[in-house]
Amino acid sequence: MTQLPETTTRKLGLVIDLDTCVGCHACVVSCKGWNTENYGAPLSDQEAYGADPSGTFLNRVHSYEVQPDDGAAQLIHFPKSCLHCEDAPCVTVCPTGASYKRTEDGIVLVNERDCIGCGLCAWACPYGAREMDAAEKVMKKCTLCVDRIYNENLPEVDRVPACVRTCPAGARHFGDLGDPDSDVSKLVEERGGMDLMPEMGTKPVNKYLPPRPKDRIEDQIDILAPLLAPVAEEPKGFMAWLDKALEKI
Amino acid sequence: MHPARSVILFTTLSGLGFGLLFWLGIGLPKATGWIAFVFFVIAYALAVGGLLASTFHLGHPERAIKAFSQWRSSWLSREGVCAVAALVVMAIYGAGLVFLGERWAILGWIGAALSVGTVFTTSMIYAQLKTVPRWNLTLTPFLFLTLSIAGGALMAGEVSWALTLLPVAAAFQVAYWITGDTALRRSGTTLASATGLGDVGQVRAFEPPHTGPNYLMKEFMFVVGRKHAVKLRIFAFALGYAAPILLLTVPFGHWEAALAVVCHLGGVYVSRWLFFAQAEHVVGLYYGKR
Ligand code: SF4
Ligand code: SF4
Ligand code: SF4
Repeated sequence: MTQLPETTTRKLGLVIDLDTCVGCHACVVSCKGWNTENYGAPLSDQEAYGADPSGTFLNRVHSYEVQPDDGAAQLIHFPKSCLHCEDAPCVTVCPTGASYKRTEDGIVLVNERDCIGCGLCAWACPYGAREMDAAEKVMKKCTLCVDRIYNENLPEVDRVPACVRTCPAGARHFGDLGDPDSDVSKLVEERGGMDLMPEMGTKPVNKYLPPRPKDRIEDQIDILAPLLAPVAEEPKGFMAWLDKALEKI
Repeated sequence: MHPARSVILFTTLSGLGFGLLFWLGIGLPKATGWIAFVFFVIAYALAVGGLLASTFHLGHPERAIKAFSQWRSSWLSREGVCAVAALVVMAIYGAGLVFLGERWAILGWIGAALSVGTVFTTSMIYAQLKTVPRWNLTLTPFLFLTLSIAGGALMAGEVSWALTLLPVAAAFQVAYWITGDTALRRSGTTLASATGLGDVGQVRAFEPPHTGPNYLMKEFMFVVGRKHAVKLRIFAFALGYAAPILLLTVPFGHWEAALAVVCHLGGVYVSRWLFFAQAEHVVGLYYGKR
C-alpha cells in the first residue's frame, strides 16, 4: 500500500557521525555482502572485472572537501543510504504498491514481487538512496537489515544493521529515533544531529552528526619555531660568481 | 535526467493522440462513418502506440497490471487508470459514430474529459517531483495540456482552433523554458543543504563513492548535449510552433496539413527531449554535478 501510515509505532533508523567516519568503506562492503545474499534479489555487478565495472549498492560513501572562511580545508567522509523518511515521496509515487512504509517500525521497503521496475521511486528520492538492479530489473534499497535486527538465530550483538556492526570507527548508531529517551535520540540531541535537504520536506528519520569544530593552530606552531627559520642569505662576491658558474654547467 | 527514448516517444505520441481524442469527443469535426473511422484509427495509433512505447522502459512489463492499483496516491497509477478509461469510453463513442452514424454526445464529453485528464496525469508525474526543480512547476501541466490540445486541433483539422491554440502553447513553452532555467537555483537546494555541511564552510565534492559509474549517475546526471540546448530550443520552437502556424495561414490543402502535423510532431519531440535532458535531479549535487 503506497499511502503512508499516519504515524509509526517506532522510528528505527541510523545516526551517522560525520566527525568520526574515516571513510574506510567497510560499511559499504558489509552492506553489499549481507544484502546480496539475504532479503530479496541479489545486488548484481556488471563487468565486475572489466574495464568499466558498475553495480548495485545500498550504501555509498562520498567524500567532501569543506573550506572554512579561514583555516585549513577539512575532508569529510559522508556515508549515504536510505534515510527511511517519515514523509517518504518514494512510497507515494509507486503505482503498484510495491513500495511501502511499515507501521510498526517505520522501515521503508520494496516488495520485489510487485515491483514493475518503472524507476519512479528513484526519481522521487532526493538522496539517491534507491538503485534499480541492472540484472533483476527491480528496485533495491536499504532495508535497515530487517532480516538481521529481528533475527533470533543471530547472537544478540549481531541484531543490528550490517553497516553498524562493521564500522571500525563507531561512526554508525542504530536505534529508535521516535523514542526521546533512546541512546540515539540523546546522541542527536547532544550533538545537534541534522536532516539532509530539510527543504525537501521528506522528514528523514536518519540523522547526521556534524563534524566537531577543529582545534585551531594559532600564530605559532612551537616556541622553538623562530630558531628554525632559514638562515641562508644571498651570496656575494666570489661565492656569487661560483653560484652562477655552477648553475650554468 | 537521462532522456530515454521510450518515455519521450510516449509523452509525445500519446499527448497528441489524446489531444485528438479530446476534439473527436467534443464533436469537432462532426465526422461519421468512414471519415470518423480514419480519425479514430489515427488517434488510437498515437495514444496506444505511445502507451506501448512507455512499457519498454519498465523492468517487468509483465506485471504492469499491478500499476492500476495505487490511484489513491500515485500519479503514475492514476495515469494508467485514466488512459484505459478514456480509451474504453472513446471506443464505445467511436463505434457509435462509425458503425451507427450516431453521436452519443454525453459519452463523447466524458471521453474528452478523460482524454484531457490522461494528459494532465502524465504531466503531474513530472510536476509532482520536488527532486527535479525544473519539472516541479505549475507551468509543467499547462505546457503539456496546451500542447496536447493544440496538437489535437491540428490533427483534427480544426484550423481556426489550431491557429488560436498553437500560439498559446508556444507562449507556455517559452515561459516554461525561462522559468525552468532558474528553477534549481530558486529551489534553494545546494550541496550545502544536501550535506548539511554549509555551516562549516564551502563544500566541494572531493571523491565520488566509486571510480565507476552507477545507476544514479546514468539515470539522473545526463549532461551530454546540454551545451546545444539553445540551438535545440530554436529548432523546437521553429518546427513545433512557428512552422505549423505558417503552413496553416497560407492557402491550405491536404499536403500542407500533413506537413504541418509532421513539423509539429518533430518539434514537440525535440522539446520533450530537452524537457528530460535539461532537467537537473538534485541527487547530482552529491556527485558535484547538475
Ligand atoms: S531516503 Fe529516499 S528511498 Fe529512503 S525513504 Fe527517503 S525518499 Fe525514500
Ligand atoms: S520501481 Fe518498483 S518500487 Fe519503484 S515505483 Fe516503480 S514499481 Fe514501485
Ligand atoms: S565503516 Fe564507519 S568509518 Fe568506515 S566509511 Fe562506514 S561509517 Fe565511515
